[in-house]
Amino acid sequence: MRRWPVLLMLFALFALVALVAGDVFAGEAAPLATNEAVEKRLVAISEELRCLVCQNESLAASQADLANDLRREIRKMIGEGKTDREILDFMVARYGDFVRYRPPVKPTTWALWGGPFILLAGGLGALVFFLRRRNRMAPPPVLSEEQRRHAAALLDQSDT
Amino acid sequence: MKRFLLPLAAFAVLVGFLAIGLTRDPRDVPSPLVGKPAPAFTLPQLHDAGKSFSAADMKGRVWLLNVWASWCVSCREEHPVLVEFAKTGQVPIIGLDYKDKVADARQWLDKLGNPYTLTAVDADGRVGIDYGVYGVPETYVIDKQGIIRMKHTGPITPESLNKKILPLVAELSR
Repeated sequence: MRRWPVLLMLFALFALVALVAGDVFAGEAAPLATNEAVEKRLVAISEELRCLVCQNESLAASQADLANDLRREIRKMIGEGKTDREILDFMVARYGDFVRYRPPVKPTTWALWGGPFILLAGGLGALVFFLRRRNRMAPPPVLSEEQRRHAAALLDQSDT
Repeated sequence: MKRFLLPLAAFAVLVGFLAIGLTRDPRDVPSPLVGKPAPAFTLPQLHDAGKSFSAADMKGRVWLLNVWASWCVSCREEHPVLVEFAKTGQVPIIGLDYKDKVADARQWLDKLGNPYTLTAVDADGRVGIDYGVYGVPETYVIDKQGIIRMKHTGPITPESLNKKILPLVAELSR
């Protein structure tokens, strides 16, 4: 029973150490927080860019060695005060429009940008064409005039 | 029968496009640097760190810049082709040792033969970025004015050497 105060003191001591240590680590992590704006821009830019090593991954998501190097370059360029436009141009000058997930609209990419709309228009056109043709073909009358009279006669008979 | 003609034709067109697509290599991304001046660089040489090499040193000559590394598997496949070709002495081959350790690279050349006139060391891969390198080995054909005329991505085979690279080198050397 007399041990309790000692244990309590030990706990308090550990808690204090943990707190102080936490503070120290928090202090070390601070520079990262001030770079938050840079990291946000880095992610925004690199999500627009394709990693050329693993082509279906963005530069932001890729763990390829080259992607690491390129992210390092982009971080450096952000530090140098380059605009997003300049950073994109830097990448395109080296790896071509293929590096962008949203390539610019120009003669070589017209088919890429316009193709889906042309296909859609073609599909809609075909739909309208077939619907109209079907409407023009009036459905044949279900019963001929004579059959109708015959049916009416039969119904009259059953009524009586 | 006539009503199947249109879908069949559309299907044939689709198959045609896919068939062409299958023959193309999606990893072979056309380089925007072809037709542009080779990016300038100055790097230490592999066999003499005291000496440096600049792309500008090759002005007035047609040359090949071959990007390789000792850790690169496909480079091993390409290497005998280069060693054999270098014996003809037709065109200087400059090696760019990409993101490699100097000791490893030297050992690699000692063991497998050295086809390079000299090798420049791009330890952090920064020059590789300027050249748009994304998968070693890569080879650039650079003309007398220092303009990149061709980029070959992937290992050089005897076929690509004889059919693509050498005719271009011969034309540029004239």
